[in-house]
Amino acid sequence: MDTFIIGLLAATLRVATPLIFGTLGELFAERAGILNLGIEGTMFIGAFVGFAVAEKTGSLWVGFLAAILVGVLCGLLMGFFTVTLGVNQHVSGLGITLLMTGLSLFLFRLIYGENKVVPSITPFGQVSIFGNLPILGPIFNQYLLTYLALLLIPVVWFVIYRTNFGLKIRAAGENPEATDAAGVNVYQIRYLALGIGGGLMAAGGAFLSLAQLGSFIFGIVNGRGWVCIALIIFGNWHPVKVLLGALLFGLVNALQLRLQTTGLKLPYELFLALPYVVTILALVLSGRNAAGPSAILKPYRRE
Amino acid sequence: MAKFKLERQPAPLWTRIAIPIASIIVTFIITSILLVLAHANPFVAYYNFFITPLSSQVSALEVLVKASPLLLTGAAVTFAFRAGYYNIGAEGQLIAGATAAAGLGMVLGNVPPVLAILIMIVGGFAGGMAWALIPALLKAKLAVDEVVTTLLMNTIVTFFVSFLLNGVWRDPVSGWPQSPQIAASAVFPKLVPRSRLHLGFIVAWVVVIIIWIVITRTPFGIKMRATGLNKSAAKFAGVNIDRTMLIAALVSGGIAGLAGVGEVAGINFHLIDAISPGYGYTGIIAATLGGLNPWGVSIAALFIALIDTGAQTVSRSMSVPIYLGNVVQATLLLVTLAFLILQNYRIKRV
Repeated sequence: MDTFIIGLLAATLRVATPLIFGTLGELFAERAGILNLGIEGTMFIGAFVGFAVAEKTGSLWVGFLAAILVGVLCGLLMGFFTVTLGVNQHVSGLGITLLMTGLSLFLFRLIYGENKVVPSITPFGQVSIFGNLPILGPIFNQYLLTYLALLLIPVVWFVIYRTNFGLKIRAAGENPEATDAAGVNVYQIRYLALGIGGGLMAAGGAFLSLAQLGSFIFGIVNGRGWVCIALIIFGNWHPVKVLLGALLFGLVNALQLRLQTTGLKLPYELFLALPYVVTILALVLSGRNAAGPSAILKPYRRE
Repeated sequence: MAKFKLERQPAPLWTRIAIPIASIIVTFIITSILLVLAHANPFVAYYNFFITPLSSQVSALEVLVKASPLLLTGAAVTFAFRAGYYNIGAEGQLIAGATAAAGLGMVLGNVPPVLAILIMIVGGFAGGMAWALIPALLKAKLAVDEVVTTLLMNTIVTFFVSFLLNGVWRDPVSGWPQSPQIAASAVFPKLVPRSRLHLGFIVAWVVVIIIWIVITRTPFGIKMRATGLNKSAAKFAGVNIDRTMLIAALVSGGIAGLAGVGEVAGINFHLIDAISPGYGYTGIIAATLGGLNPWGVSIAALFIALIDTGAQTVSRSMSVPIYLGNVVQATLLLVTLAFLILQNYRIKRV
């Protein structure tokens, strides 16, 4: 039973990793006043670009960096629509998701054809920090990217709450008019937040292809971007509370995976759906009191 | 340095025609980059894309087959968006409608065809409505954001469908993860012999006419539009905005469910995992391109269906990946969004 629980906790962190990258990315965008529904597509193209570049160059890290770069571009594109043009954030975000998904699928087919054999790479290996600890050791047997995601949480917290840049982001998301009057370039801040956010989202996608799977499949992101959007509300736009949501989601999902391998005859599809149901329930519980950035969804026009 | 300012002003009529055309041209220019990457001549490819499907009766009918679900999801999205309810869940509601239709279709063997088909339509509408109910209630009663919940419901329904198809509904005849074939009496009749064009195409147009009447000619339509334009003003004028959004959301879900009925009763005759290649999301594209006007949305749906069919032609004849169609559609959406700004604003020198 001990090994069951330890294995479960280790898997929880693995499942939560792409969600942590994704939610932190979305957090930047939303804190600056932009709901970025492009997250699903940005994660998807991150997974694709990460895989394709790693496969062609032979370097996983080059693939990871390329994915981040493309993610930044996705964020800036979102900025063009929602900041420069100021059009509907829902529709722009969905448009970017549809575009990035279609583009990834198109390029994947163009490069790899319609092979029956899914092309694959040797993924990142797990590293064992404190691996020789008794009992708890296996929990620390994780991908470096998982440690990076966990490390990013306090970093993002610090940036948003303790730096001048973070203050400007929050101000742009709460009251852009006053922020502008105080001499801050709201457009620039929102572009920066979207760019950073896009990079983080794509990193989450790249984790899936470069660490978890070692290949790129069409269902690779499978709604994780939407889960991130929900986790933000669940976590009340706070990086640390958002982590709790991501871990909870990871735990339910990991439990489902573990129970499958024990050979118990369980309707695993329903377990897969469970985290999404729990997320909706959490929204119901926290939603009424959810206090998002006041200026979210509102385009800002300098008069 | 000269300064410019954007000023809001109503759109002159000619821009409503010019903007879609300009958007289409710009989209072609952008997406021809991908054709060049795929070593295809863009001119030949676009000829195959848009002219070839219309040059034979078989493929022209196929465009209408593809248009049937899109007309419905486009109408569904339009109806909700006009009431200020951002239903992103047409995809899930379509699948729920398809699931209801597949379930009913299995047990309607002894029911005469006309009645069986009516039950399929009502059942599918109810299925879509049921899937829209939770997000709609949460929005109306607890002010939970519908964008997030409808998106999550889309994912949940796909798990539910694989649960059914891998379990109780797995086809005993073929052993494939698909539901048993629906009864012959529940199959939508063909509109043109030896084609795939089915009753769903007519259902779609009936729905388009109805929602056009409801939106523009009824008291509820006025409440809907008022809610969609400005919630606080509508509330101040005495509109029960929560109830209006709730009804619009449920009807929207029902309409999307009808698209699922057509796919089961007219095309597949089984429920399968891949019952929809994203028709619900494409409906949002159609609704945006058509400016949330039922007729405009319908034209957009027909055009998107042409893009889908064209992508198949180009993929077969020039070995360009079929996903070019998805890229063209998404690019068209974004380009139109950008152009719409020109419709509502005028650039003025200050």
